[in-house]
Amino acid sequence: MTDTTVTRATRREEPEAPKKKRRSDRARAEARLGWMLAGPAFGIMLLVTLYPIVQALWDSLFSLRLTAPDDREFIWFRNYQVILGDPAFWQSMGVTLFITVVTVLLELIIGFGFALVMHRAIKKLRGFARTAILVPYGIITVVSAFAFFYAFDINSGGYVNSWLSWIPGFDENLNWFAYQGTSLTVIILSEVWKTTPFISLLLLSGLAQVPGDLEEAAKVDGATGWEVLRRVILPNMKAAIMVAVLFRTLEAFRIFDNIFIMTAGANDTEALSLLAYNTSIGRLEIGLGSAISVLLFLSVLIIAGIFIKGFKVDLSAGKNS
Amino acid sequence: MRAMTWPQRIMWLVIIAAVLVWSLFPVFSIAMTSFKTQAGLFSGTLLPQEWTLDNYATILAPGGSAQDLFLPALRNSIGISLIATFVAVVLATLCAYAIARLDFPGKRIILTTALAVSVFPIVSIVTPLFNLWRVIGLYDTWLGLIIPYLSLTLPISIWTLAAFFRQIPWELEQAAQVDGATPFEAFRKTVVPLAAPGVFTTAIIAFFIAWNDFVYGISLTSTDAARPVPAALSFFTGASQFEEPTGAISAAAIVVTIPIVIVVVIFQRRIVSGLTQGAVKG
Repeated sequence: MTDTTVTRATRREEPEAPKKKRRSDRARAEARLGWMLAGPAFGIMLLVTLYPIVQALWDSLFSLRLTAPDDREFIWFRNYQVILGDPAFWQSMGVTLFITVVTVLLELIIGFGFALVMHRAIKKLRGFARTAILVPYGIITVVSAFAFFYAFDINSGGYVNSWLSWIPGFDENLNWFAYQGTSLTVIILSEVWKTTPFISLLLLSGLAQVPGDLEEAAKVDGATGWEVLRRVILPNMKAAIMVAVLFRTLEAFRIFDNIFIMTAGANDTEALSLLAYNTSIGRLEIGLGSAISVLLFLSVLIIAGIFIKGFKVDLSAGKNS
Repeated sequence: MRAMTWPQRIMWLVIIAAVLVWSLFPVFSIAMTSFKTQAGLFSGTLLPQEWTLDNYATILAPGGSAQDLFLPALRNSIGISLIATFVAVVLATLCAYAIARLDFPGKRIILTTALAVSVFPIVSIVTPLFNLWRVIGLYDTWLGLIIPYLSLTLPISIWTLAAFFRQIPWELEQAAQVDGATPFEAFRKTVVPLAAPGVFTTAIIAFFIAWNDFVYGISLTSTDAARPVPAALSFFTGASQFEEPTGAISAAAIVVTIPIVIVVVIFQRRIVSGLTQGAVKG
């Protein structure tokens, strides 16, 4: 009884109220349905990544070896102290950064070239070029690592040395995997080969967003190809380039497969992922390994943070000019 | 389009040839290695001087010395990757549908989480999983790889599908209902046909990613009960301890590569659109 009067009263005072209520009911139902549909995927993602990283944080505070599980002892941040004071860690960090910077730069250049080819080639050739460029993306990283390893490695019959023997001063018996520099060269080459398709596809979609009439106008005004590229094409692709570089940088920073196959970290080629793996799963030093894993994770977060911040600055600058 | 002049034509041919060589040469190189005899490996030439199928017999034929290493791994890889892809695509389809179609708080959080998960260093996850799996008995099992593979396949599936679904003209569904179709009929006849190619493309991309995994594969398995191909390749040994398994590994590499190349060739257009949509327009 009272209920109806109240409703009637409110309805008279604010005729929109019931409508609003119905709408919010609907919104609530929609939200419920939304989370029902999206929840499982969301939950699994959290479970598979959040739980392990919290566990790694916790494990990193213990002195824990699986070879002596009973000696488990809470030691606060001593693992981190040990690692950060160890030159081997900084060596790994240096190698990782070097690989990351060189691969991303090379991929950006080659990938842009590929994107231009895919964008400009006549229709008949376009599909052909796209298929070829996409092939490395489908190939297992381990397979590409073996392909490059066998081409260069003299102990398993590599033929590259005999191809390069015409270069004056080139030693035909050069063992590529015996030195840091030459090992890294091959590692970087295989990484660049395998992941350039990704960057060139992102750049291709960036190219597609460049307004064609702007390009035409610049050409009519007498701009050279280089000027068109620098003044019209690149500024309009900024967003695509940033996304491509961000993703590739984060991925390159985690490099593992090809190094594991080619050198397993010998001759100072042990990137951070490999150091973490060798420490925890290779030597079963779970505490130390977890601490390296956490540091690797933090590095990735920091890189992403720097990029996203820089990205925003770039966007606003692009809008103002 | 204007007709090309001869110099332009030649320039394009050279460019395309360079692209082809760059993209296919390593595959060609390992294929050639797979046809070399053990002695021929050290000829220092790209092409085999003496062609042989022995390496394929080693990994495929009954009695081949690496057969019991390769075939179980192949079975594991196909099974685990297919299941991980299927689960990821089903869950991601529901999730992306909700994101593209419904308005609810937390959409951004889901997309951001997916992004964060996809940039996670796998090595940071693998140590705790290694420990946990050994405690609860998931170590060296299919399920023990399928679950972590979801962390690889779910994020990219959600992003690409959400981008695909955003482009679907959802009004069609209402139009069909106005024309007298039941809601389910309307959904099935208008939305499903438009969404199917996107779902299929996403499945291909997710499968590639699961198929490519190496870190989980070597860390969370120890026998041929679950060890996938990439991990198995790194455990090949030669016929004797003085013999490098170069030929057998190359042959195995070719066996797992050919199907992928065929898929790429057939679905090239869709894979390109799927990858670019997910990454940039999302």
